[in-house]
Amino acid sequence: MALRSGIKLSGIFSGRAVVSTPVASSRSNYKYVGMPAEKDGTLKGDLDYGLNNVFFTELFRGFGVMLGHVFMEPATINYPFEKGPLSSRFRGEHALRRYPSGEERCIACKLCEAICPAQAITIEAEVRPDGSRRTTTYDIDMTKCIYCGLCQEACPVDAIVEGPNFEYSTETHEELLYNKEKLLLNGDRWEPELAANLQSEYLYR
Amino acid sequence: AVMHRLGRSLVARGMQASRRGNASNAPAAAPEKIEVFIDGKKVLVDPGLTILQACALVGVDIPRFCYHDRLSIAGNCRMCLVEVEKSVKPVASCAMPVMKGMKVKTNSELTKKAREGVMEFLLVNHPLDCPICDQGGECDLQDQSVAFGSDRSRHQCGADGKRAVEDKNIGPLVKTVMTRCIQCTRCVRFANEVCGVPDFGTTGRGNEMQIGTYVEKLFATELSGNVIDLCPVGALTSKPYSFTARPWETRKTESVDVMDAVGSNIIVSHRTGDLLRVIPKMNDEVNEEWISDKTRFAIDGLKNQRLMQPMVKGEDGVLRTTNWEEALFTVASKLRQTPADEKAAVVGGMADTESMVALRDLFHRFNSELLLTEEEFPVGATDFRSNYTMPDGLAAVESCDALLLVGTNPRYEAPVLNARIRKSYLYSDVEVGVIGGKTDLTYDYAHLGSNTKALDDVTAGKGDFAQRFLSAKRPMIIVGAAALKGDKGAALLSKLQQLADKIRTSGKADKDVKVLNVLQRLASQTGALDLGYQPGTSAIRKRPVKFLYLLGADEGAVNRQQLAPDAFVVYQGHQGDAGASMADVVLPGAAYTEKDASYVNTEGRSQKGYLAVAPPGDARADWKIIRALSEVAGKALPYDDIKEIRGRLSEIAPHLVRFGDAEETSFESTAAAVSEKSSSPVDVDVTASQSTLADFYMTNAVTRASATMAEARKAALKEKDNEYTETPKKHAHA
Repeated sequence: MALRSGIKLSGIFSGRAVVSTPVASSRSNYKYVGMPAEKDGTLKGDLDYGLNNVFFTELFRGFGVMLGHVFMEPATINYPFEKGPLSSRFRGEHALRRYPSGEERCIACKLCEAICPAQAITIEAEVRPDGSRRTTTYDIDMTKCIYCGLCQEACPVDAIVEGPNFEYSTETHEELLYNKEKLLLNGDRWEPELAANLQSEYLYR
Repeated sequence: AVMHRLGRSLVARGMQASRRGNASNAPAAAPEKIEVFIDGKKVLVDPGLTILQACALVGVDIPRFCYHDRLSIAGNCRMCLVEVEKSVKPVASCAMPVMKGMKVKTNSELTKKAREGVMEFLLVNHPLDCPICDQGGECDLQDQSVAFGSDRSRHQCGADGKRAVEDKNIGPLVKTVMTRCIQCTRCVRFANEVCGVPDFGTTGRGNEMQIGTYVEKLFATELSGNVIDLCPVGALTSKPYSFTARPWETRKTESVDVMDAVGSNIIVSHRTGDLLRVIPKMNDEVNEEWISDKTRFAIDGLKNQRLMQPMVKGEDGVLRTTNWEEALFTVASKLRQTPADEKAAVVGGMADTESMVALRDLFHRFNSELLLTEEEFPVGATDFRSNYTMPDGLAAVESCDALLLVGTNPRYEAPVLNARIRKSYLYSDVEVGVIGGKTDLTYDYAHLGSNTKALDDVTAGKGDFAQRFLSAKRPMIIVGAAALKGDKGAALLSKLQQLADKIRTSGKADKDVKVLNVLQRLASQTGALDLGYQPGTSAIRKRPVKFLYLLGADEGAVNRQQLAPDAFVVYQGHQGDAGASMADVVLPGAAYTEKDASYVNTEGRSQKGYLAVAPPGDARADWKIIRALSEVAGKALPYDDIKEIRGRLSEIAPHLVRFGDAEETSFESTAAAVSEKSSSPVDVDVTASQSTLADFYMTNAVTRASATMAEARKAALKEKDNEYTETPKKHAHA
């Protein structure tokens, strides 16, 4: 029924459109996107429809699909014991990296702070006794962060990065207010992955 | 603004004589304007202007590094190259005078290519360390390389790499990273021309060229911080401010400096309630665009030794912190108990006009009139405003042709004024005479003696300088307030008034010059005298008081011994210094960056500063404390907000709320006539107390609490032992 009335409707529209407004004429090419027709209007079609209903063929076809999936590989994985693949561009938990010498990379240029659209980063800097420019405070409010990745784009020394870790949910809000110590710890913990990700991306940057 | 800039650069080029707009100076016939075309637009400009200035007239901004309005033209950065029709090569617009019918193209292909090329050369040896550079975000090179540079680099970091230059140690205030230097020589010209300290220079040629002091020494000048603003790159940056903040994260508040009586206009830069730095705000009538090192670097003193809580002295004689309620009630009850004639108030050097008027009104409510200033001044002389202000104005030193400095060392008492005198010295034929100490003022002068007996010779016209001074068209006397201290101050002021009156009536000088100008040393003094405060604390010494209210008085002019034995001392202020240590009750006030307040500078110009950061702890704006006290004491003052108290100010003296304008004085001759004349010479040695750079840094409670100032003083003292420093024997004219 639905189909037929649909066709009828479009016919009316198209018929009118030709003779009436030019606006409607440009919109005459309607397509039906609803459920497929169950009956095609012929006697054979009506008969098929009736028989399918009487013998529950749909039900058995459904069982068949189910039975087939019993022998197929499952689409789900056994998280957290199994994990899906991650892109090297995945933007997860933040980390502050160090140079191989152990020196922290961050030079307190504050570009990440400036670019952060959520204003989640707070930096304070000072002159370290050796004369170099370093942060005294590097805070990220992970609950403000929108994981856009602009901080790692802005970083001239690849110090702040978003690593592959996404499993850092906490019970309290405060635990998600990261300070410099936590971020450096993240960096130390994830350095092999972080370095590998950056290495795989260097051609595209 | 453009005209100002124009005027200034003309001064810098030594052409100001014909341009001075003094009514009495018959202006030379205005030279015919010439016609030039800038980007096809016809402009009529004065001959002698450079292309760059002509472009500025029509709003075309030419990129530049070495050119600066207030310095001489060097023409060495080549960034200002423009195409001029019929010229084979692009020309440096900052150094090229306009010529009739000249057709300048500031946006042509050739100009763009020239700029791009220059920028490329500049960047060849510039380290790309913007992320760790303090200039990042306010760097001319950064901005202009984005605007005019090429979008890609041809530079290959080959075996040679980039040029590297050793950093110079020029003292505790200015940090150098000489690799970043692009040799614009602005700092060299600033040191030579404005500071009069030829410490900087260039060595080597071409790629080997370096800016430096040749031997390691202190950049020993009271204006050294200005090279930080001048440097277009990050080669010279502020040492105390290093790495603290980026320009985009700070807020900026306009304010007025209180370290001296010039009232330099400043911009206070702050972030999250934290004071970060002070930079100058341009005001051609007051500080041009310079500020002294004390103005710029003393603000760390506002973070030390602060009074944050009200304090009351306990039974054991030790101050203990308390709340406002107790403190105010203690003061109010004493205020009510003490008889009217046994109360006195003393204001210190950094008090604002609003708090002084509130204190005055409070004391008047209690029938007390003993309102004093800590700084001394002849008592009878304050009836006439011309006696304690600078009626000719700070800018007048540029147009004066004979200048007599009496008992002042403007170099350290008002460094910005001294820079103006030096400018006048360089570009005009002003004759300077000094009665006072013989120190290097950065310009040559006729030393007439350190004793004021020499003044009679001037009045009598004995000597070359005296002759010149008496016959000058625009003579000017600047007398330091310190010289007028003591019992001979009035006599000296009278002598100066007679001299000024003689000049004014002689007919040789212009009609509009007032001649006699007093250079105050403290930011509050002129305002206090305008409000009717009595100068000096001698009244207390004569008759010990029982109730003393100190409003930021920290210089130790009054001490416990001079008061009655059971005297009650209230100190209101922001710094724990001499005043607070002798007080029975301490009321924590706000510093100049922490309140909306106005100050009257030595010219009599009232200027307004705004609140930048909140006062720390329980401290409050000073006039509000006095207003609260008046309420507790049962005589509430009739103003509740800053508008109403300024309304009160305008009742007393309307000029106090005409912010930015210097009020003209009058009755100079009457003032001279009523002053006590005596024919005998005044015999007093008026050598200024500040004679060397080390004396400059720590002069008030804020600077005494400042670690930066202490370091600067230490460096200045150490520099005395440096065998490579020398005071120039003679200062050349431009």
